[in-house]
Amino acid sequence: MKPFRYERADDVASAVATVTDDPRAAFLAGGTNLVDLMKMEVATPGVLVDVRHLVSHDIEDLPDGGLRIGAGVSNSMVAADRRIRRLYPMLSQAILAGASYQLRNLATAGGNFLQRTRCVYYRDIATPCNKREPGSGCSARGGHERDLAILGASEACAATHPSDMAVAMAAVDAVVHTQGPAGERTIPVNELLRLPGDEPWRDNVLERGELITAVDLPPLAVAANSRYRKVRDRASYAFALVSVAAAVEVADGLVRDVRLALGGVAHKPWRAFTAEQALLGAPATEENFHAAAEAELAGARPLPGNAFKVPLAANTIVSMLRALTEEAR
Amino acid sequence: MDVEILLRVDGKEHRLTVDTRTTLLDALRERLGNTSPKKGCDHGQCGACTVLMNGQRVTSCLVLAVAGEGAEIVTAEGLAEGDELHPVQRAFIAHDAFQCGYCTPGQVVSAVAMMREAQAGWPSVVTEDLDADVVVLDDREIAERMSGNLCRCAAYANIVPAIAEVARP
Ligand SMILES: Cc1cc2nc3c(=O)[nH]c(=O)nc-3n(C[C@H](O)[C@H](O)[C@H](O)COP(=O)(O)OP(=O)(O)OC[C@H]3O[C@@H](n4cnc5c(N)ncnc54)[C@H](O)[C@@H]3O)c2cc1C
Ligand code: FES
Ligand code: FES
Repeated sequence: MKPFRYERADDVASAVATVTDDPRAAFLAGGTNLVDLMKMEVATPGVLVDVRHLVSHDIEDLPDGGLRIGAGVSNSMVAADRRIRRLYPMLSQAILAGASYQLRNLATAGGNFLQRTRCVYYRDIATPCNKREPGSGCSARGGHERDLAILGASEACAATHPSDMAVAMAAVDAVVHTQGPAGERTIPVNELLRLPGDEPWRDNVLERGELITAVDLPPLAVAANSRYRKVRDRASYAFALVSVAAAVEVADGLVRDVRLALGGVAHKPWRAFTAEQALLGAPATEENFHAAAEAELAGARPLPGNAFKVPLAANTIVSMLRALTEEAR
Repeated sequence: MDVEILLRVDGKEHRLTVDTRTTLLDALRERLGNTSPKKGCDHGQCGACTVLMNGQRVTSCLVLAVAGEGAEIVTAEGLAEGDELHPVQRAFIAHDAFQCGYCTPGQVVSAVAMMREAQAGWPSVVTEDLDADVVVLDDREIAERMSGNLCRCAAYANIVPAIAEVARP
């Protein structure tokens, strides 16, 4: 690890100011991703500004029926929250499907969104990687392709976003609150994380020094009938090959509302808007589920080492819609 | 960069000066001589370093000592009451729930916290009814809730029964 200074700021404004003014400074929350990357010298901040005590540790009811999760709430507490288990079960399940209890007790809601890719080349400073070292090239194509993206990748980068939580957050249209050098703003989760394009070093749209303070879950009736399924190389404590967050509401045999998002397939949680559009108002049949999944994946550009993800994602979407609509019947 | 910190470990307070790069795991092992938390992977991937921090199990290899300042830390060593081993420790011995023993302190601390989490009604990803008030720790639940602790000797076949004996007396 490179030497660094550690600071506990007294308030959000001074934490934001420190990181805004010093390009070597970074926020520290649970540390489960940042400290790991610092050990491998993938991340080499010169100053760590500990924000865990600065951001809220509470989950509040919002007047519109939604919930506000403070950025400092641990992943464990989000997953265990009674309201979230009842109103947004796919979010509880997504978090519980990730990492381990030990890690989720440390990890925060804010830090989870901003964890870096698990692409093995990003995490190995001995290999070229456009995300870690702009312009150095991509070692992943033609290398270990199993974890790479099938949707929305660019020539420069085919890494995937590793978060499970963010996939469920994308499905419910969660909105992040931030405070940065230019003041406060809100950013929909579906716009927070970005595709790599020709700037793969930018995982998200945050400005330098912009701190996530909370994330809002909007009221969403369909989310009460939802689930998260994660397909991985071992039954637990492994990142997703493919994961699906799905919510669906059926009335008189027709799809009244639906939310679908995929993990493990892109540089960001992949909200399946095309499949949702195809399903809305359509009869809730196996045939239509297949057609919707195929429409979503029509744009997939898999590599030889991850082509299996295309049918895997389609089959997972279909089986989840089937299970959720059978339960509703 | 050196900083002075206060660590509370197994009921005792320690003032020490550490480099900011020191992890809680290294501070416990190298500075305080408490070698019950083990260094397996040093990257959060094995659970050998598990300790309780303010009552919750955490991987101490990913906690900076300076960030753990003031927190209440309990290691496997601190679970025993003098010569009286914790029930989970006794169950591990009775069931021969280890071979080399390297993962054992982490497993034991983790199991103790796991039972408290279940008591508090925390679900797991294999819990069928997410809304249930009471968690039944069957073998499948135990395996999932303990999946953050790897055992290279694969003593799982005895670890699960050892924990089950305490979890479902
Ligand atoms: C072995 C292992 C297995 C894992 N498995 C999974 C898995 O299966 N699924 C999964 O989803 N995750 C998994 N994780 C990742 C884990 O979920 C993340 O490391 C964690 O959520 C990050 O949160 P943190 O609070 O620890 O962030 P930190 O490590 O403290 O920070 C992460 C990043 O976010 C920035 N940051 C933190 N808080 C804020 C804020 N409020 N505002 C702005 N920036 C901020 C930091 O500067 C840093 O860049 C795993 C991790 C490990 C080590
Ligand atoms: S040493 Fe901490 S998890 Fe392996
Ligand atoms: S007993 Fe050897 S690693 Fe578990």
